[in-house]
Formats: sequence, structure tokens, C-alpha cells
Amino acid sequence: MQHVSPVRIPLVTSGKTYHDVTEDVCRQVEAKPNIRWMAALSVALFFLGVFLYSVYRTLWYGIGEWGLNKTVDWAWDITNFVWWVGIGHAGTLISAVLLLFRQKWRTSINRAAEAMTIFAVICAAMFPVLHMGRPWLAFWVLPLQNTFGSLWVNFNSPLLWDVFAISTYFSVSLVFWYTGLVPDFATIRDRAKGPIARRAYALLSFGWKGGAKHWSRYETVSLILAGVSTPLVLSVHTIVSMDFATSVVPGWHTTIFPPYFVAGAIFSGFAMVLTLMLITRVVFKLEDYITLEHIALMNKIMMITGSIVGVAYITEFFIAWYSQVEFEQYAFINRATGPYWWAYWSMMTCNVISPQLVWIRRVRYSIPMTFVLSIIVNIGMWFERFVIIVTSLHRDYLPSSWAMFSPSIIDIGIYVGTLGLFFTLFLLFAKFFPVINMAEVKSILKYGVDNGPTYGGPNTGAQQSAYRPTGAPASAPVNYNKHD
Amino acid sequence: MTKRYALGIFEDEDVLMHAIENVRAAGVKIYDVFSPYPVHGIDDALGIERSRLPIAAFFYGMCGLSFALWMQIYMLGFDWPMIIGGKPHIGLPAFIPVSFELTVLFCCHGMVITFYTISGLYPRLKVPVMDVRSTDDKFVMAIELKEDADLGNLTQLLRANGASEVNEKEMTKE
Repeated sequence: MQHVSPVRIPLVTSGKTYHDVTEDVCRQVEAKPNIRWMAALSVALFFLGVFLYSVYRTLWYGIGEWGLNKTVDWAWDITNFVWWVGIGHAGTLISAVLLLFRQKWRTSINRAAEAMTIFAVICAAMFPVLHMGRPWLAFWVLPLQNTFGSLWVNFNSPLLWDVFAISTYFSVSLVFWYTGLVPDFATIRDRAKGPIARRAYALLSFGWKGGAKHWSRYETVSLILAGVSTPLVLSVHTIVSMDFATSVVPGWHTTIFPPYFVAGAIFSGFAMVLTLMLITRVVFKLEDYITLEHIALMNKIMMITGSIVGVAYITEFFIAWYSQVEFEQYAFINRATGPYWWAYWSMMTCNVISPQLVWIRRVRYSIPMTFVLSIIVNIGMWFERFVIIVTSLHRDYLPSSWAMFSPSIIDIGIYVGTLGLFFTLFLLFAKFFPVINMAEVKSILKYGVDNGPTYGGPNTGAQQSAYRPTGAPASAPVNYNKHD
Repeated sequence: MTKRYALGIFEDEDVLMHAIENVRAAGVKIYDVFSPYPVHGIDDALGIERSRLPIAAFFYGMCGLSFALWMQIYMLGFDWPMIIGGKPHIGLPAFIPVSFELTVLFCCHGMVITFYTISGLYPRLKVPVMDVRSTDDKFVMAIELKEDADLGNLTQLLRANGASEVNEKEMTKE
């Protein structure tokens, strides 16, 4: 039992009842698809088509379709990979880290954020697999028995660590998300009118009934999954950063990379959560669940992680000078003043300066400002990866090999295409799955309202009896000013 | 085999919790309580023992760790030793990431599969529920009725403890 202060602001506004939560969340699942959703899905499907065409070109004609050259042999593909994986991290942060810190406001955004994680990791996985050139041999990354003697994979390679990290992260996020969805599918199943919907959601709900023992186990499972996902999410982006940090390329070979990448991942992830939530809350009329307080809190996390990223940029510069390594120093001077200066300064403006606006209360609580900021941050974080990858590679130790990189139309097609893939998946999720975790929102409905639950477990004796006559359940509309 | 249950429908978490305490004190055995969300403290109130899933999770995690270490040491150290970057065949620091990931992988999937198995949760087309409102906004206390049980007294007890309705339901026991 935790103490709930009477001055807490309710997490859900407008005095919703349990039944209102069910109605508000199930409404769009049960309604016929509306025209705005159809229009959005058509746009997403168009870009998915662009993706498929670009993938076809890549597979049929080979990696030569991309803008890579001998010097810059890693560019948009790995940039997009890191960008997408980073975006995914906010979902796990919200569902796991904030659960461990008992941040109850996370309940109304965790479902959509976890869905975003899963879809973002799917998009991310496309890039290394396509860059293999022969994706049908992708199983070679696994330590399987083979016909080349028993030539195993190299467990010393960070790229192999990536295989294990990303696949573990994806599958664990998926079961975490699905286990959370099961009780909500049961709610939809029990309300469903049509025979198809009833059967489909019955299958999805795994026969959930909401018995006390099941809930008790469910909570245990959630807590352990959260406890294990927290180091997992940190390990994933740490390993992604080691793809660079364990090399000897100037600008990559730094020990600051793991924390710097993790902070950057959370930064861009929260920006993407904000972008999606700001649209979702309006389209599905969920303003009472995803309130301005939620937006302000997410803005604050974005600002803090943005500042950590800013400190990391400056530290890198300092260490390049302090190390007295000529190549390191050149790499950083070249980033800021070389031919890719525009990418570097876009990154600095978007990631370091723009989030500082969040210090102003009016910006933090402003929906248009937040929306613009979230887009800017995502652009900035894309540039960050581009700057790290391309400017370090294009001029390293051997000046005779220096080269420039420019993307081909297929590069752009694949990147824009993964956005189409992501939004296709997200729109389908938003239509057919409950976008808000109803069960968890119901459990915090009384938080900050009517001083919260008063029952403190058996035999505590200290708590006042909260017995009310049956006519007036506490979940009925409550007068917030009442502090009796 | 069909069984009869008395269903006490409650509207509120606090009322339910006090009712559980009083009903159990009156010597009535509660079959189960169905709620739309996890009610904190309900397992203590009902006398449900703490789940041993954390122990299982630890066990699965250890299996994953042992498997990962065995796999890497056997493959790179014994089965096909190769010199990579002049480093030892069995370079344990380089094995940490994969060992960690497999520990997490085995722990999570093992625990989740165990959870679904012991709870009897699997995809099925028909789900017999006590009261469909229990996944929406009602808390349903189910009490198993013996052949000659007196529903009247039980109804009175539940009503006195704040139940808004008391129904009777026949269910085929799984």
C-alpha cells in the first residue's frame, strides 16, 4: 500500500468510470473503419509499395543499386537501422523502466509505445538483412550445424552480438506486449456482437477470465518481464553502439558510445511516441486518458535525454582534443567544418538547442509546439547517426581513399518505404487492437481522485473502512474538490 | 460435470475487499474472484500463495546462461578453434553479450510459457465466463454451491457486504 497524496492530479480526467474506459477504448475497435483511417492507411500502403519496389530492385540487381562506394561502404542502411532501433527503445522504457519506478501515468501510453517498439524493430531488421545482399542466406548468422566442416559463427564480433541482441529484444518485447493484451482481448471478446469478432478475440484472449490467481501471476510475470527488459533495452543499444566503438575508425573508437547511444535512443523514441500519441489522442478522442500532463512529462524526459546527448557531443570533441590523436582531431573538425557541415549543424540544432525550449512551461503544455518539436528531434536523431557513420568513414586514415557519399533513389525508397511499413502496421494495430491498456488504466482510475483506494490489506487495522452503501460506488463521477 | 455457483456482483474495489474479508470470516469458501483489473492485495485477502514463477524464471535464466557459455566455449574453444585478431580462443569478455542475451531470452520465454501453461491459457474458440461484465466494470465473487446449499443465507451475507446483485450460475467444470 502506498500513500497517495490528496494533492495528486488525477491521471485520467473527466471522472471516468470503469465502464467509460471500456467504452472509450473499445469504440474504435468495434466501429467500422472511418474515412480518415482509410485515407491514412492508403498513404501508408502506397509507401509500403515503394518499399517493396526498392527491395525488389535491391535483391534483383544487387547492392550496387545503393549509393555506397568503396570508402563509404556503410551509410543509409546502418543509419536507418540505428535510428529505428533507437525509436523502439522508448516503448520498452515506458513499459519496463517506468513500471519499476512506479510511474503510474505510463499506463495509458504503454500499449501504443510497446506496439511502436515492435514495429520499429521490424523496420530496423530490414536494413542489415537487405545489406547482406543475399537475404535468403540470413540463417548463416545463426550458430547452426553446416556442411563446411563445423565452421561456426564468430562470437567475438559485435555484429553477431547484434543478431542475438535484436532477436532477443524483439521476441521478449513481443511476449511482453501480448501478455498485456490478453486481458483486454477478453474485454473485447465479452462485448463482441458478431460471431467472427467473438471467435477472433476469443482466440486472441487465450481464454482469459480474470480470476484472482491469474491476475496475481500476471502481475508477477509483468514485474519480472519489466525487471529483465530494463537491462535488456540498455544492452541492445549498447551492443548497437559497439558495432562502431569496437572498430578503429576515428570518431567511432570511443568508450562514450554505449551511454551516449542509449540516451539518444530514448530521446528519439520519446519524440516518436509523442508524434504518435498526439495524433492518436485526437483521432480516437482519448484526450481524457492521454492528457496534457502526459505530454508534459514525456517532454521532460525528451529534454533530459536530449541534454545528455548534447553533453556527449561536447565530450567527444573535448576527448578528441585531449587525446592528442591527430586522426581523432581531424575527424571531429571535419564533422563540424568539412563537406558534411550542414548535417552536423542540423544535428546540433535539432538535438541540442530545440529540446531546451521545453524548459518553458507554455511550450511543454502546447500541443502544436510539442508536435513540431517531436518531428524536429526525430530528424535530428537521424542526422546524428548519419553524421557519426558517413563523416567518420568518408575521410579516415588514407587521404587517397577519401570520397563523398550521396544516396541513390533506391536508398531513399527503402528508407521512406520503412516509414510506410511502420505506419501500415501501426494503423492496423490502432484499428483492431485496444490502443490503451484498459485493465491497467482501470487500476489507476481512482489515483488522485477521492484520495485513492483506502483498503490496506487484511488486518492492518490502521485504515479507515471505505465501505460505502451499494448505491454510491467510488467509481461514479466524483467531485474533485472534496477532501473530507 | 456441472456445478452451481453463487455470484456476488460488486461495483467497487474497496467494497469487494472488505466483503472478501467478511465472507471468509463467516466461514464461506470463495471459489474465485473475477475482476476487470488486478486488485492489489486480493491474493492476501483470498489466501492465495505467492506465485513461484520468479523461481522458475531464475532457473530458466540460469539454463540460458549455461547453454550460452557452453555453446561459445565448445564451438570456438574446442570444436573449431580459430585465431581471430590474435586473441585467445576462449575470450570470456567477448562472450558476455551473447551470454546475457540468451539468459534473458530463456528466462522470459520460459517464464511466459510456464505462466500460460499452469494457468491453462491457450487459444480457444469458446470461453465460458461467469459473468461477462467481469471483464468490463464489475467484480464478481464466485462461491461454489453444494447440492443442498441454502442460497438465501448466502445472498443475505453478500448483500449485507455490499453486493449489488447476487445471481446463480451453472457452469461445466473444466
